[in-house]
Amino acid sequence: MLEHATGVAATARQDTIMTAASGGIPLSIQQVSKQFTTRAGLLTALESTSIEVAAGEFVCLLGPSGCGKSTLLSIIAGLDQPSGGLVAAAGQPISGPGTDRVLLFQEAALFPWLDVQHNVEFGLRQRGVSRKERAVIAHGLIERVHLQGFERSFVHQLSGGMRQRVAIARALALNPAVLLMDEPFGALDALTRDRLHSELEEIWSATHKTIVFVTHNVREAVALGDRVLVFSPRPGRIIADFRIELPRPRSLDDLALAAQAAQITATLRAAMGDDLNTRR
Amino acid sequence: MPWLRRIAFYAALLAVWEVVARSGLYPPYLLPGPIEVLATLWSGLAQGLFVTGTLVSLRRLAVGYAISLVIGLALGLLIGRVKWLEETVGSLVLGLQALPSVCWLPLAILWFGLNERAIIFVVVMGALFSITLGVEAGVKNTPPIFLRAARTLGARGPSIYSQVVLPAALPAILGGLKQGWSFAWRSLMAGELLYFTLSLGNLLQSGRDLNDAAQVMAVMLLIIFVGVAIDRIIFAPIERRVRDRWGLTG
Ligand SMILES: Nc1ncnc2c1ncn2[C@@H]1O[C@H](COP(=O)(O)OP(=O)(O)OP(=O)(O)O)[C@@H](O)[C@H]1O
Ligand SMILES: [Mg+2]
Repeated sequence: MLEHATGVAATARQDTIMTAASGGIPLSIQQVSKQFTTRAGLLTALESTSIEVAAGEFVCLLGPSGCGKSTLLSIIAGLDQPSGGLVAAAGQPISGPGTDRVLLFQEAALFPWLDVQHNVEFGLRQRGVSRKERAVIAHGLIERVHLQGFERSFVHQLSGGMRQRVAIARALALNPAVLLMDEPFGALDALTRDRLHSELEEIWSATHKTIVFVTHNVREAVALGDRVLVFSPRPGRIIADFRIELPRPRSLDDLALAAQAAQITATLRAAMGDDLNTRR
Repeated sequence: MPWLRRIAFYAALLAVWEVVARSGLYPPYLLPGPIEVLATLWSGLAQGLFVTGTLVSLRRLAVGYAISLVIGLALGLLIGRVKWLEETVGSLVLGLQALPSVCWLPLAILWFGLNERAIIFVVVMGALFSITLGVEAGVKNTPPIFLRAARTLGARGPSIYSQVVLPAALPAILGGLKQGWSFAWRSLMAGELLYFTLSLGNLLQSGRDLNDAAQVMAVMLLIIFVGVAIDRIIFAPIERRVRDRWGLTG
């Protein structure tokens, strides 16, 4: 009887996770810059960058390799300190990692010593959620990312796409207001990537989380983003801010989408060309 | 069929041994045959003498190893995470690791007397540094991405160590644990040769004193058996589990 009651409570909680109407919070990135001291001297990874992200907005960051996208994302996540400037989440300056902003990595970064379910439960365990409630929430999320039946699998038994699904479930378990995604689908084949796009879009439209999504892939950026920010080569700075007004759900084969992508690619090319010219 | 080959090999070995022992080339009190050795082993076990001796040695091993485990985990974690400890204590541990731990025995006997504490001290010295170095290596090689993932998921303070750093280091730690146990076992046997209380090492020694090569060989067999059993019963399953989880198999 008691068990049943807890189950119901936990399910209710999980429902709020999946359907929370005002999930996202605004992010304000104010003149954030980053220098690294390397053996060769001071290296500017990111020039002073300012971005305003509205609550629930889906923003894609696009730019050549090494322009500082990952750097910026880990600063927003609070894992690295900016050399200058500040990041505010929901108006509050951030001072470190917080579970209102969860970072997802290209390599999924699942814990190989835990099975799928315990990977998903990891953040909840840190938060002190009871074992039973953790299991219920994890169960719901594993279903949400279509991995039911794999609860007891270990990381090496999963494909790349499944790993990213687990990583998404693991992040969602904390019900963060912001998802920071660093090329999460970069290593996947086109079909799997497509499927994960629509799953991510579904999650986003159900939860209205704020999402900052880094990618190399112009079409991916156009398919997913409300906005696409284009970075210059290192030291990175924003050179263009495209608003994508295409109706959702979007298809990669859509002509209008392809046209948008072509336009952005041209901008990107020009930026890289400039870079080549100045170097010469 | 590797097991068939193995059985054939051991059968042949025993047969050759028995033939040589019976040939009269060496006097039987120096080279008893396998039948006599096995009979001695059996009667020693049946009388309880070997059983008690084994239990005494195992108890010493367990106590000493447990102490090494606790200190080694803490020490390895500290050395692996704190730069100045690595430069100081770390180098000391590396140096002490080079010393065969039975070399501690004379000092231990001076300090503690010829008693339980001295022998356990030697066991601890045998296992401690291997365990410490294994933990240190594992902790130092923890991929930073695991720490970053843990932090972004809200892990803080000690739980980062217990739930991320230590489990991530487990494959490396296991190597240190195994080496530690085998060092501890070797130094325990060496140390017990000097002791008068009943134990495996002491049974070897008393076999020598009685000119009883059959007893010496029977106890040697027993020591091999205990060593293999600990490997198979304790370490092999843990290793298999870790390998399965991490997908390290072949
Ligand atoms: N810890 C560090 N120490 C020194 N330099 C670093 C460090 N991290 C990143 N950098 C440098 O900063 C620059 C930006 O790196 P970053 O990883 O942010 O690029 P990126 O835009 O994410 O590239 P990619 O698209 O290839 O992932 C690179 O030149 C990189 O070499
Ligand atoms: Mg990157």
